[in-house]
Amino acid sequence: MSAESETSPAGGPIGTAPADTGTSFSLRRAFAALARGDLASVRVLLGIAVIWTIFQIANDRFLSAVNLSNLTLQIAATATISIGVVMVLLLGEIDLSVGAVSGLAAGAMAVLSVQHGWAPLLAIVAGLGVGVAIGFFNGFMVTRFGIPSFVVTLAGLLAWQGALLWVLGDTGSVNLPPSIITDLTTTFFDPVIGWILGAAAVVAYAASRLAVRRRREAAGLGVSPLSGLVLQLAVIAAAVIAAVAILNADRGVPLAAVIVVVLMILFTFITERTRYGRHIFAVGGNEEAARRAGINVNRIKVSVFTLASMLAAAGGILAASRLLAVNQQSGSGDVLLLAIAGPVIAGTSLFGGRGYIWSALLGAVVIGSISNGMDLLALDSDVKFMITGAVLLAAVTIDAVTRQRREAAR
Amino acid sequence: MSQSQSTADASGADTASQPLLALKGFTKSFGPVEALKDVDLEVYRGEVLALVGDNGAGKSTLIKAVSGAQPADSGEATWEGRTTRLTTPHDATELGIATVYQDLALAENLDVVANLFLGQEVVNTVPGVHVLDEVGMEQKSVELLSSLGVTTLRSVRTEVASLSGGQRQAVAIARSLLGEPKMVLLDEPTAALGIVQTAQILKLIERLRERGLGVIVISHNLANVFEVSDRIAVLRLGRLAATFKAGDASREDIVASITGADVRERATEETPL
Repeated sequence: MSAESETSPAGGPIGTAPADTGTSFSLRRAFAALARGDLASVRVLLGIAVIWTIFQIANDRFLSAVNLSNLTLQIAATATISIGVVMVLLLGEIDLSVGAVSGLAAGAMAVLSVQHGWAPLLAIVAGLGVGVAIGFFNGFMVTRFGIPSFVVTLAGLLAWQGALLWVLGDTGSVNLPPSIITDLTTTFFDPVIGWILGAAAVVAYAASRLAVRRRREAAGLGVSPLSGLVLQLAVIAAAVIAAVAILNADRGVPLAAVIVVVLMILFTFITERTRYGRHIFAVGGNEEAARRAGINVNRIKVSVFTLASMLAAAGGILAASRLLAVNQQSGSGDVLLLAIAGPVIAGTSLFGGRGYIWSALLGAVVIGSISNGMDLLALDSDVKFMITGAVLLAAVTIDAVTRQRREAAR
Repeated sequence: MSQSQSTADASGADTASQPLLALKGFTKSFGPVEALKDVDLEVYRGEVLALVGDNGAGKSTLIKAVSGAQPADSGEATWEGRTTRLTTPHDATELGIATVYQDLALAENLDVVANLFLGQEVVNTVPGVHVLDEVGMEQKSVELLSSLGVTTLRSVRTEVASLSGGQRQAVAIARSLLGEPKMVLLDEPTAALGIVQTAQILKLIERLRERGLGVIVISHNLANVFEVSDRIAVLRLGRLAATFKAGDASREDIVASITGADVRERATEETPL
């Protein structure tokens, strides 16, 4: 294919079309892009389809409205924590303390609101504040002393778990009475409002994509084929319609799901459309190049660690809200592992500089589906651990292989 | 050594009246090692000056002294006739000196546009938020690369990771021009490039000269040096050994100056080194 070769005939104009788009949509090109790992989100959607099919065959209650509604609530906390993990991974760093921080923040919130009588909203803010403080500390240790984030946050993993035990005190558990805190995961919207929210999201997304396209056309720049864009928008609209219909068939669209989607959109905007986000990618791709380009690398790192721990705290608060309690197990166990595995499964690289915020949600859906499906099948913990471990390894292998292929393709 | 003085003076006169940058007595030591000793050098507008010399002759040290990355211990720099400081990279950038180091410093995970504008992104200010002006940056990228005759890029939205060595070099040079510099320092721009790509980069360097920039190029490849440069400065053991006008000097002259021996005499005697 001459179009694939690196050099165009001498004197040819420089193309401006987004890479991997030709003049028309082609299945073959789409498959090639899939193999290169360029369409990680499509790959993971196919994965979700396979997983759902398997579990539906094994147990016909898997795709029921009740179960999918439960799944939505189950993954809200992990998906929120994972947003922060994606940002840290984009930097080429890691945060192993997100699980422990989520537990400690929820513990602080619960103790302040239940035992000290703080207003629930104030207690939530305080919980987020705990996250901010810890994240700033992590970033400070990493940038000021040059300690690998792996080590700083590994120490934090232990230390913040200890802090949770200390905060909870002798009882070791704090139950949450009904309040704004528990409302976070027990509020469901009226079906009509659900449809309005869904429609608004689709229309806003389509409008923004079409606006970008129009601006590019007006500026005489290349645009990807309209057929591909329409197909994408159709798939997304169908997914949103299906999700709202299913959730409405049960209790309605949960507030927690709206919170998660809003966070996804907000942080996608920050990472993809702002100078700050561009600098995060640059630091993750080539720290020295970023520094020489005048980017304040330390400031970027500290702020990302701070945001990551704040999002971990937010996830911990959602988890506590769903459990209606904070106990000594909050934020421990597989919370950390799943929060990191999710984005990686969905195509965010462990090696820095490559990834996307939505991988936090897509990955949480993959892992949440497997876990939920195995629970429905009443599998024992031994099998569940081994299967989850195998899926994680497979996903990381795919990441490593696509990376090798990309380097070989040079 | 007497030949060096005379050639330098003669070539200086017909390039332009006043040098863009003039160095006088540049000296730099690393502990007991004198990396640069009393180097005088002038660069004119619209001129490509090749800096040649053996490994350890002080080429990179001189480039770093000019770019402010490793300032010289002593010596006087004159920019457009005025005495100036060259003690930090910021000083150099302020004057209009851009440097392209051998490692290029590109972020491989970002596309060409993002790399060109890295650290100086253009933003649109929608009330309250700054949004990257991708359309504007892309247009400027295409203009810039086209004006430099870079025609081998399939798309400016290609990730740098999938570019060839020559294309990366072109992107790095193009990026250095975004700040509208008056002088560009290129450290081994053709090292590790194939024949076709080398030719493309040399053509690009000629475009820089056509734009009226002063260009200093470090190179090991004498064929390239003769093809692209107006003058050739030879460094040996930290000293400026000689300066030649590219048209007047032969390959043997340069090699002799680099090694410090008269190659032609040695060749006739046929004594092995």
